[in-house]
Amino acid sequence: MTSSSDLATDLFKSAVKGERRSLGKLLTAIERGGDQAEIIAGLAHQVSGNTHVVGITGAPGSGKSTLTGRLLKLFSEAGDKLAVLAVDPSSPLTGGAILGDRIRMDDLAGEESFIRSMATRGHSGGLALAVPAAIQLFDAVGYEPVIIETVGVGQVEVDVAGAADTTVVVVTPGMGDAVQANKAGLLEVADIFVVNKSDRPGASDARRDLELMLDLGHVSGLEQMTGYRPPIIMANSLDGTGADEVLDAIKSHAEYLRNSGKIHIRRKERLVMEIQNRIELLVESTASGILKSELGASSITKVLDRKISPAEAAKSIVGSIISSE
Amino acid sequence: MGDHQQRVILAKLGLDGHDRGIKVVARILRDAGMEVIYLGLRQTTASIIAAAEEEDADAIGLSMHNAGHLTLGPKMAEALSAAGLDIPLIIGGIVPDEDVEELMNAGIAAVLGPGASAEEVVATVQDAISARDKA
Repeated sequence: MTSSSDLATDLFKSAVKGERRSLGKLLTAIERGGDQAEIIAGLAHQVSGNTHVVGITGAPGSGKSTLTGRLLKLFSEAGDKLAVLAVDPSSPLTGGAILGDRIRMDDLAGEESFIRSMATRGHSGGLALAVPAAIQLFDAVGYEPVIIETVGVGQVEVDVAGAADTTVVVVTPGMGDAVQANKAGLLEVADIFVVNKSDRPGASDARRDLELMLDLGHVSGLEQMTGYRPPIIMANSLDGTGADEVLDAIKSHAEYLRNSGKIHIRRKERLVMEIQNRIELLVESTASGILKSELGASSITKVLDRKISPAEAAKSIVGSIISSE
Repeated sequence: MGDHQQRVILAKLGLDGHDRGIKVVARILRDAGMEVIYLGLRQTTASIIAAAEEEDADAIGLSMHNAGHLTLGPKMAEALSAAGLDIPLIIGGIVPDEDVEELMNAGIAAVLGPGASAEEVVATVQDAISARDKA
């Protein structure tokens, strides 16, 4: 325990000094989870909380990575030292993954920037812990801003992107009509919309559908509640059209968050969500341990014999965790 | 570290557009449960080293179909050792048998030729990683 703590501290100190390889190793430890990941997340947490976190999300193939690559170039040219965390799905069958986001980014990355690919590794709970820890780590060693790129499929991915300071949702022409755009979900977490591949037929229809959706938010009162209307930007990430507008929109949104004081609310929500996720995982792992123990076996028998219900069994197991603390 | 998830970088170094093979290898390694960080075409030794550091890679696979392996293979191995990175380097693609020894002497961990089975590809990568871990 002491040696793993020392190792983590040494790696952390060297990463703060700008040693990229140490940062790479720290991220590996964070992804692996367990004690060492907690030590590292703890070290990072103490000195983080400053960097602006941008989430970029959208359907597979909508051009998120290419847009991220464009933003990498623009931020780097402006002298920012930014980090990108590109999250891609693991195969549910084998646990393997092909992480190909760097293809769209490498040419455009400045020397100061740092790109890390992360696989979802099947267990969504792990991702829910690893992503915030990685953000705090990038923050602690001085990256500003941090971009998180995830596929907007699945609750955890939406949560991760939605928990950013600024969430950019990338859509493409032909994604569906106005009814689709009004369904709840990904579109609701957007602070900025990007209609990518805007050279394709249907791009202006996609824009109109989004405008209409936002107009309805005005009618329903949602816009007054949030006090903010997300801009819609037409872009073509292949040739870079619109990327500078996206950059400007990210900066204006950051300014809006600061001026309105909403940045503190967002960041508090993010930390609360992280605590919540950690509680759930702790309770879950403790509870499944109990389920495999003698107490669990006797509960299962009682449920099988129809003496207690599954709900009563679950309550008594969770109750035994609380009373043992 | 038995539970360590293996991460492998795959890239084409230099001017060589033949990427059918490397895509097959990427899929083979993925289906063997590895995480493949795919860099694609026209990489440089510097871009591969930056990716290896940032991604904390356990192995690097280069695909070569342009007869440049005797130049680029050793160059990549040198660049890795100059950077102080102890990561096994594996070359796959069209490499004549008589060139294999020269590559191995230059610090390449293994060479995979055409016709290598999926099992061979996976075993070669795993062996190269565990040989490094033991050293």
